Amino acid sequence: MELMLALLTGVLYATAVYMMLRRSIVKLAIGLSLLAHASTLLILTASRPVRTEPPIIPAGATELVQPFSDPVPQALILTAIVISFAVQAFTLVLIRQSSMVVGTDDLDRMGGRDG
Amino acid sequence: MAESARLGLYLPILVPLATAVAAAFLGRLPRTRRAISVAGSAVLLACGVWLVIQVRQEGVIASNAGSWPAPFGITLVADLLSALLVVVAGGIGLAVTIFSVTGIDPLRERGGFHSLVHILLMGVCGAFLTGDLFNLYVWFEVMLVSSFILMALGGTRGQMSASIHYVTLNLLSSALFLAGTGILYGMVGSLNMADVSVHMRDLGGTPYPYILLSLFLVAFGIKAAAFPLFFWLPASYHAPPIAVTTLFSALLTKVGVYAIIRVTTLVFAAQADAMRPLLLAVAGLTMVTGVLGAIAQGEMRRLLAFHIISQIGYLLMGAGLGSPLALAATVFFFVHVIAAKSALFMVTGIVRSLRRTSELADLGGLARSSPLLAGLFLVPALSLAGLPPLSGFWAKFAMVKAGLDAGSIPIVIVALVVSLLTLFSMTKIWAEAFWKPAPGGPVEDALGAPRAALVVPALALGAVTVLLGLGAEPFFALSLRAAEQLLDPAGYVSVVLGP
Repeated sequence: MELMLALLTGVLYATAVYMMLRRSIVKLAIGLSLLAHASTLLILTASRPVRTEPPIIPAGATELVQPFSDPVPQALILTAIVISFAVQAFTLVLIRQSSMVVGTDDLDRMGGRDG
Repeated sequence: MAESARLGLYLPILVPLATAVAAAFLGRLPRTRRAISVAGSAVLLACGVWLVIQVRQEGVIASNAGSWPAPFGITLVADLLSALLVVVAGGIGLAVTIFSVTGIDPLRERGGFHSLVHILLMGVCGAFLTGDLFNLYVWFEVMLVSSFILMALGGTRGQMSASIHYVTLNLLSSALFLAGTGILYGMVGSLNMADVSVHMRDLGGTPYPYILLSLFLVAFGIKAAAFPLFFWLPASYHAPPIAVTTLFSALLTKVGVYAIIRVTTLVFAAQADAMRPLLLAVAGLTMVTGVLGAIAQGEMRRLLAFHIISQIGYLLMGAGLGSPLALAATVFFFVHVIAAKSALFMVTGIVRSLRRTSELADLGGLARSSPLLAGLFLVPALSLAGLPPLSGFWAKFAMVKAGLDAGSIPIVIVALVVSLLTLFSMTKIWAEAFWKPAPGGPVEDALGAPRAALVVPALALGAVTVLLGLGAEPFFALSLRAAEQLLDPAGYVSVVLGP
């Protein structure tokens, strides 16, 4: 399970970097979103996911019963997903706007001069 | 701990938030919106000063948000460095909001410029005050998202391609930071900086902390625009309006440097010594590439953008040396460079508003047509180059002294040569824009009442570098105390986690 997740994370990172190195800004946006997914999956993998009880104290008990799964990484992931969703929405609007203003989706032909 | 001290930690985050909301919903008229924005920055500045006074009296102060005890909840912590940087953020916020009263066009103002500036300030102050690594990531994102919109707001052709570079590289940096945070949590099960610092001390000899520290240094290095990760900065900072560039140059890269200082003095204090030679090498290369890039430019905004990189090198030199004097010099340098650099960008903005261009080849004769503007340029320019008695001299003097004390002769030589080259590139602007006759014959420039809002903040920031230079002694004493706090992670930890 952990090996699968680790491999998947690696594949996602590799794909993200490959896509980001393409010249088309659409592929750049896809690369950025894959990069966010890879980081999310990395947090999940690094926090040693286990198939156990939820971290809820049973009725009558005063503390958690081992083993339980750690809720903090999931909270972190949730936050990261919300942020990356917002950023991806912004990126999509940005690439649409820039391809309309500049008239190309090729980063090399956009140039960096003032307009 | 006094109840008022806790409030002081939350105000630098709440005040910009309230101002942003008020500017968005109460400001129907442009005039009210600007008034709210300027007033909000002034209140933020006052809050920062109050925080510094408290930290000076009580030492490091901390507060657990929502009363969840550390290390479980999110802790806000202020030491002297954080508090001083909050003051700087408030001061720059005030200068930029006054500058943008006439420096920003109505279209961008309607697009939410003032609210975005304050959300950015909230992110910056949050990043300075948080004591939790994941929370730092969240503040970085708050800051980034508002800076993305400020960068693209207006939608000119230049801004679009600049935004794509800026957004991509900054998102890459955030992804690396997030990955580092995730691995760190998997390793020690905590993200509270003080708590992690204790764990890392116990992990002393193992290789994993070094891998993590490298990951964080790369992520923050991109944000700070350190060599070889700075390419996004000259590709983007010239595009947005000057008010936005001033705000970015003053605060965004400095948050990256702040994060580097925080991880090397607190979180990975036990591992940082092994990284110091690397940091020093990066500092030297950052200085040199920045200043050489600046000399090659023929346009004021691009030239100054490369200077941001060069100055980041000096800040990293302090972090790389890591002695009390070096860190004190870094604290001093933070305040000096933010004031001097912002003043120079504002002067560029005034030049652009007078002549509609900032290409050095097309400018000329400004010293004759507007002596006041020439003075406004000359003071921060000489301060940046490090001429006495201005603030840059004392900052660089202390930095060089720290380098000599540590026996790091190469970095001292680099720092001094780069100072000379900085002076050279400033004389290039001076000779081209101010000294030589205007290419199309004499031009009348009127720095009259309509441009008062542009001149006043530039004048005030110039005055800060003069005052900081003339009254260096008390401020340097404060910087030394900030450095002592930075080099005492045990004190920080005992305040956050309890004795």
